[in-house]
Amino acid sequence: MKVLVPVKRVLDFNVKVRVKSDESGVDLANVKMSMNPFDEISVEQAVRLQEAGTATETIAVSIGPDKAAETIRTSLAMGIDRGIHVNTDAEVEPLAVAKILKAIVDEEKPDLVILGKQAIDDDSNQTGQMLAALLGWPQATFANSMEKDGDSLTVGREVDGGIQTIKVTLPAVITVDLRLNEPRYASLPNIMKAKRKPIDAKTTDDYGVDITPRLTTVKVAEPAGRTAGVKVEDAAELVAKLKSEGVI
Amino acid sequence: MAILVVAEHDNETLKDATHKTVTAALAIGSDVDILVAGKGVKDVAAEAAKIAGVRKVLACDHVSLKRQLAEAMQEVIVPLMGGYDAVLAPDTTTGKNFMPRIAAALDVMQISSISGVESADTFVRPIYAGNAMATVKSSDGKKVITVRPTAFAPAEEGGSASVETIADPASPTTSEFVSEELSKSDRPELTAAKIVISGGRGMESGENFAIIEKVADQLGAAVGASRAAVDAGYVPNDYQVGQTGKVVAPELYIAVGISGAIQHLAGMKDSKIIVAINKDEDAPIFQIADYGWVADLFNAVPELEAELAKAGY
Repeated sequence: MKVLVPVKRVLDFNVKVRVKSDESGVDLANVKMSMNPFDEISVEQAVRLQEAGTATETIAVSIGPDKAAETIRTSLAMGIDRGIHVNTDAEVEPLAVAKILKAIVDEEKPDLVILGKQAIDDDSNQTGQMLAALLGWPQATFANSMEKDGDSLTVGREVDGGIQTIKVTLPAVITVDLRLNEPRYASLPNIMKAKRKPIDAKTTDDYGVDITPRLTTVKVAEPAGRTAGVKVEDAAELVAKLKSEGVI
Repeated sequence: MAILVVAEHDNETLKDATHKTVTAALAIGSDVDILVAGKGVKDVAAEAAKIAGVRKVLACDHVSLKRQLAEAMQEVIVPLMGGYDAVLAPDTTTGKNFMPRIAAALDVMQISSISGVESADTFVRPIYAGNAMATVKSSDGKKVITVRPTAFAPAEEGGSASVETIADPASPTTSEFVSEELSKSDRPELTAAKIVISGGRGMESGENFAIIEKVADQLGAAVGASRAAVDAGYVPNDYQVGQTGKVVAPELYIAVGISGAIQHLAGMKDSKIIVAINKDEDAPIFQIADYGWVADLFNAVPELEAELAKAGY
């Protein structure tokens, strides 16, 4: 089974988000960028499938500027076999990302595409589902367990009420949730080895996809703030305050 | 402008998230229809018809829709979109699952998790875990939108829309429901509760959540948790409040032993009153709490329970 894993380079989750003073966006100049944390989980899952002998080849894809190649390199150090870097400086929306990924799927013919359920920058939670629709494949989103069974996958999904288990026929698209696995740290020898693994350099033109945005950002603003209130000393004081607020 | 709202339900009752999504829809245009897709949905459709401001209810009753899996929902919704300018669904795990499929099938860029409507094509949505609010304008002919329910008031009852049954959809065969393990609780649902009390890593174990549950039962509250508490295995995943879990906005939110990581705050900072109980007085949660109580939770929570009991709760 061949597995494709799309990865995105995003603002590191530990970095404090700063909105630009002209409200044109979030300040990304000179800040630490990393692989989207959900994508680390999908990379880990692909590598585990290969270690278990279920996957025969694993490929990471990233769509983004020159530095997106570093994110691919990180996945190669975790154990992915090879990479495809679709180089663009443009901001590519989930719909266009899904179209580029579809073109790559048409070329590479994987049996499974594993994506993070959302990227922590735009929080869209769309790409995997869109890719599944474009391919006419089934999807299993928000996976927290995954079991291959012949030509289908049984997937436990984190849903609002608890866990839902569904079965999808391969080929399929999976998006992963936080508790599917714990991603490994790449070891130094594997980081060195990853430097020799191949990354195909492509552009969006290679796939004939129109990436013109459909959404225009009018502005990006700070959220409405909350301020610290008062401290209470004991339960009696707290209950009195909550009663006077009328919330209990 | 004709707008289709996809109802959130469990084949038995209509969820409040639907009423809130209708409010968002009515802010975009006045011709709002509701689609109830499921199995045995007669009662749910009748409930939806009572929402004020709704033009008509479309009921699609078919075995393939019992679990509202994405592939089956696509088969129902996409053919209907010839008659609509926009489709909206709540951004619950159900809506998040099927809506992008609809968007891709229509060649539209979805607008996810809106918290405000500026005009028929311009919307406000949180990005970066709620650390920034983006205003975006869509150039697509049709709009595909998921709605953050906590950001909108529920539409009132009092309508009497007609219910129309629509033809059976095609049944996809590539995905099937196997089973589900839903958390059973007599407490209110996390996203609909007026009061929520959540525990964090400070709870130290799943057993210790019992002290929170006692207070929850006194107040008729739902019980939630931070990601740290879920990751540590203290409570199941569906307790998680935060950007990647559930977003709640109750009248009263009590955070117990939660430090206040950004990702947790994103899920509860729109609550009306926030109370924080934590022994670390520098915990970031205190910066947004209306009432902070610096204390060891294992003393404070039983004290709170006793005080509430004294007050007749």
